[in-house]
Amino acid sequence: MDIELRGITKRFGEVVANEGVNLRVRAGEVLGLLGENGAGKSTLMNVLCGLYRPNEGEILIDGKPVAFASPADAIRAGIGMVHQHFMLVPVFTVAENVVLGVEPVGRLDRLDRAKASAEVAAISRKYGLEVDPDTLVETLPVGVQQRVEIIKVLFRAADVLILDEPTAVLTPQEVEDFFAVIRALRDAGKALVFITHKLNEILDISDRIAVIRGGRITGEGRPADLTPKTLAEMMVGRPVSFDVTKTPFSPGRALLEVRDLTVLRDDDAVAVDHLNLTVHSGEIVGIAGVQGNGQSALIEALTGLRRVAGGTVTFDGADITHASVRARHRAGIAHIPEDRQKSGLIPKFTVAENMVLDTYYDDRFSRGPSVMWDHVAEKAAEAVMDFDVRTPSVYSAAGHLSGGNQQKLVVARELSRDTLLAIAGQPTRGLDVGSIEYIHKRLIEARDTGDGVLMISSELDEILSLADRILVMFKGRVVAEFDAAAGPVDKGAIGLAMAGAAA
Amino acid sequence: MSGRDMKALLERPVWGRSEVEDLVIVPLFAVIVALVLGALTMLATNVDIATIGHSYIALARGSLGSLNALSETLTAAIPLVLAGLGLALGFRAGLFNIGAEGQLLMGGMAAVIAGFALSGLPAAIHLPLALLVGALAGALYASIAGWLRAATGAHEVISTIMLNLISYRLLDYMLRMPAIQKEGRADPISRSVPEAAELPRLLSFIDPNLRLHAGVFLMLAMVALVWWVLFRSRIGFEFRASGESADAARYAGIRAGLVIVLAMGTAGALAGLAGANQVLGVLGRATPGFSAGIGFDAIAVALLGRSHPVGVLFAGLLFGALEAGGRQMQVDAGVSIDLIGIIQALIIVFVAAPLLVRAIFPWGFRRPSSGGRRP
Repeated sequence: MDIELRGITKRFGEVVANEGVNLRVRAGEVLGLLGENGAGKSTLMNVLCGLYRPNEGEILIDGKPVAFASPADAIRAGIGMVHQHFMLVPVFTVAENVVLGVEPVGRLDRLDRAKASAEVAAISRKYGLEVDPDTLVETLPVGVQQRVEIIKVLFRAADVLILDEPTAVLTPQEVEDFFAVIRALRDAGKALVFITHKLNEILDISDRIAVIRGGRITGEGRPADLTPKTLAEMMVGRPVSFDVTKTPFSPGRALLEVRDLTVLRDDDAVAVDHLNLTVHSGEIVGIAGVQGNGQSALIEALTGLRRVAGGTVTFDGADITHASVRARHRAGIAHIPEDRQKSGLIPKFTVAENMVLDTYYDDRFSRGPSVMWDHVAEKAAEAVMDFDVRTPSVYSAAGHLSGGNQQKLVVARELSRDTLLAIAGQPTRGLDVGSIEYIHKRLIEARDTGDGVLMISSELDEILSLADRILVMFKGRVVAEFDAAAGPVDKGAIGLAMAGAAA
Repeated sequence: MSGRDMKALLERPVWGRSEVEDLVIVPLFAVIVALVLGALTMLATNVDIATIGHSYIALARGSLGSLNALSETLTAAIPLVLAGLGLALGFRAGLFNIGAEGQLLMGGMAAVIAGFALSGLPAAIHLPLALLVGALAGALYASIAGWLRAATGAHEVISTIMLNLISYRLLDYMLRMPAIQKEGRADPISRSVPEAAELPRLLSFIDPNLRLHAGVFLMLAMVALVWWVLFRSRIGFEFRASGESADAARYAGIRAGLVIVLAMGTAGALAGLAGANQVLGVLGRATPGFSAGIGFDAIAVALLGRSHPVGVLFAGLLFGALEAGGRQMQVDAGVSIDLIGIIQALIIVFVAAPLLVRAIFPWGFRRPSSGGRRP
């Protein structure tokens, strides 16, 4: 089944989300749709899957124009969307989730579980998805849950699959498996649209690439003719530098010293196991590791959010092992949390309020019992300009900003005050190229001015380009250390350590 | 960076259409639909059309139609607004306090005791003292639930409901204690509050029967105070941050347990003040169940007022008007005042279900643009 979008324009009030977009999706082909957050990728796909109706233009299926009044129409026409956020019932089995809404029923409306299970197993086998239909979804790893979403779409007889940022939640290993699934689907004659902002992935998996910026298609081509650099330029609209420029590495005194740190998870399992590390002033220490090896617990313990079960944490000469969150803030530790939406900021609060979320009590912003909000707004406006946060006003709700700008807001808050050490968890996860570039620049600036930076990231490339020293965490311990300042680090060696080979 | 950019960033947003719809149009239509459904309820119970019209006219007259009606509306609104402010503050901090009724009883009881036990003080000291004692008692009583939540995780909905039940029986018990019970009475009734501790009537120079008292100033002052606390003060920022996102508040170093206890305490103080206001301004003494469900109506007032102090003021005035008008309705048209309870409940149902209101009055709202938010 071939699909053609012709001259699609979609407006929301005065905002033009898509303008005159022409796009073809062919059977047996993976179309990579590349664009930054807010470029109009999702709007376009929502038009295609019937959620939005275009103001202008038409959709043609195999040459015949169609009009979708609802997602149900699009599903009937064979177009299925796999959303970035899964829509699964955790306590149902795979088969139950797949048939939800189109259940095979027997007499007296009895749910035919056996039939559901068999059909799901058949689909799973056909495309090499390897999913057991009778497992509870909540027990499955994220990568397999995603396959359940794909089976859901296939079960509804989709010939066109739209995959919205499918790799955002996957580990590098899972991405490989996932690409194998995509190739199997393509070879079976399905048409696939792969939406992403990750350059390497799109070059890896696509047969054809379309780049969207500001609601328009700004470039198209075959992966063989394109490089990450040209793609990034099409996506951002200006030359992008991938080379991080850093001044030579000159570490100072030890700022943060962690000795024999042991931290337990909520279920009392050991998350961090007698871990040692040191962060000096003027250096970026990157912690690599597959997610779930204690990185989050380590950050929580270092920032005072989780109790330390054993060992000591010394900061700038003082023992802070059991200090409160606020005491650590005041001592000069900045924290850029892993999950900006949930713990980094409050979406309903204004930009100005979020800008002082952890400093409002400070003499700079408070007098007696009251916060000097006018002063806060002025300072917030300065920080907004300084850190290039794109917002119409400091009184706009933070939740209305794009992901990149939300993260810049958090970074602005944390780095614009007088700090000695910045702890950053996944500082650029899910962000567009421009924002990533900017946040990296700011972290390096902090380092160059003599701050220590402790960064945890599951993106190995990020750690390789930023860190002066790389520690690899595996099962709650530091299992390997690499000196990146001395020369290029062997990626393969890090990968092995991440997999636990060095342990 | 130019100064012009800075100016644009600091421009305060004007109310957009959606805010007006949410804060004004939905509540307004909710009231209209509730009145219509109230009429249908009467119709369904064999009340003829003429009587229905008559009763709504009585409702309007009894709430707004005369000086006495206005006085009654305001008098009924005062405790609703006071307790409603406390509940709104709790909602903002993420606490669903069902215990205003009990906190109100405890506050009222304490104010009565402070009233008759400390007789002989000049009014300038005695009245503020009695009010303060009432507020403190309410605050302490609410803090029990706050402390339970902060220390043990016991949910405040459950614990405040239980504390309500305890407060009823505690009140009954105390009203029979010799030190409190009115001399020479066998029924549970407290001694009377001396004049020095009473909230002075404001309009008695016109007509001694006009009940409006100085509590109305207290009410307005508290609206302003709660607004200041919520939107200008440090502690209010902590309340709101904790209510919007407990996680983000924790990451920002805000102590969740302290916020819970303080927010519950403040809410209880306002409910206690509402109780003190009733005994010192209207009743003159405490009797079993003198709260008359105000603490529960105040939940509705806080919800209808969208947990905003100004909204709570208007919602409280509306409910006060329904209360005062309902009495007139009962007298004039013989329609039971229970109908007012039905109308009040319906208002809340519709406010809680804005989509329903939108469906009934599609022309009152901007058509939702397909898809809504820009991705």
